[in-house]
Amino acid sequence: MPQFDVTTFLPQIIWLVISYLVLYFLMAKVALPRIGGILEERQARIDDNLDAAQSLRNESNAEAEAYEGSMAEAREQARSTIYDATQEMSADSARRHEELGERLSGELKSAEQRIAEAKLEAVTGIQDAAASVAAQATERLIGIKPGEEAVARAISDAFNTSVKESG
Amino acid sequence: MAESHSPMEQFEIKTWIPIQIGDFNASFTNSSAFMILAVFAATALMVFAVRPRAGVPGRWQLLAELCYQFIAKMVSDNIGKEGRPYFPFIFTIFVFVLFGNFIGMLPYSFTFTSHIAVTLTMALVIFVLVTVIAFIKHGFHFFSFFLPAGVPIVLSPLMIAIEVISYFTRPLSLSIRLFANMMAGHTLLKVVGGFVVPLGIFGVVPVAGLVAVTGLEFLIAFLQAYIFTILTCIYINDAINLH
Repeated sequence: MPQFDVTTFLPQIIWLVISYLVLYFLMAKVALPRIGGILEERQARIDDNLDAAQSLRNESNAEAEAYEGSMAEAREQARSTIYDATQEMSADSARRHEELGERLSGELKSAEQRIAEAKLEAVTGIQDAAASVAAQATERLIGIKPGEEAVARAISDAFNTSVKESG
Repeated sequence: MAESHSPMEQFEIKTWIPIQIGDFNASFTNSSAFMILAVFAATALMVFAVRPRAGVPGRWQLLAELCYQFIAKMVSDNIGKEGRPYFPFIFTIFVFVLFGNFIGMLPYSFTFTSHIAVTLTMALVIFVLVTVIAFIKHGFHFFSFFLPAGVPIVLSPLMIAIEVISYFTRPLSLSIRLFANMMAGHTLLKVVGGFVVPLGIFGVVPVAGLVAVTGLEFLIAFLQAYIFTILTCIYINDAINLH
């Protein structure tokens, strides 16, 4: 076996030591710090990005909360405004309704009064006219002018009777 | 002729440039060449592939980062925070052995990790380093390592003997595991490969076997580098934390 040829040991060991030391210095001084640096830098960048994402999320959460708050406030305000307006409007309409009713009943009353007056006037007018017509008719028929009071009494009685009969 | 077809021929150390320093033979051999190649390949991946320093890595940079994180996690899992200073040392062991194993998988190449001289040197250096760390950290208290707490006094001579033997066989088991695995795999490939041509049309059977074994060998190439590295971690942890 060539492995146990002792004469080859020394050159192998010498070159092993040389090449190992060269590789060691290349790795320890150049390669490992460089790769370690790259990995650290990447880790730092990932951490930074995660932090930034976290803070953005917090910010957006706060924004959303504020939005929700202002929405709720606006809703509350709108509801109270609507309630107030409804209240005011119903009070207003009730007041107006009452006013209108009052006015209408007032007008009704005055109209009734006017009608009663007109009726009385008309009745009186009719009686007067009937009295004068009856007086003239009597004078023409019998040539006697009846007393004014007697005619008026007779007309009034007749009128009352006719009004009673007609109901 | 018989010599060139031997399955062991691939492990032959061939001197390319004879170098003699005093009494020492420091010749540049095929083994040296593949060690240098492993250093170049590892440097290409670990230094040049990460040159863009991309935030979103490309394939080669990702591979380098995966290696880094793989070993960093191994060190932190097995040793903890105190393992940090040994990370470059452990990482270099992993990369060196891994590239040695993988480059050895190329046809006509040479696998320097299939030589006991290489693996035993590495294992001995690790063993000495671990022992030195243990003495620096714990002084003579280190010897309590050989007597686990809670062992009955009657059993202590036996326990100490077992622990001492297991401690001192560590470099042997560590080096022989790697060297034997790499040598056995490559020898198997060569032996099975030798059946292909003599069997004629039935040579497809060993070829199919070769394909499967080659896949297995790639797994073993990675696995042995991993085992070598994780055992180094465990030994360093023992030195730092004493069980």
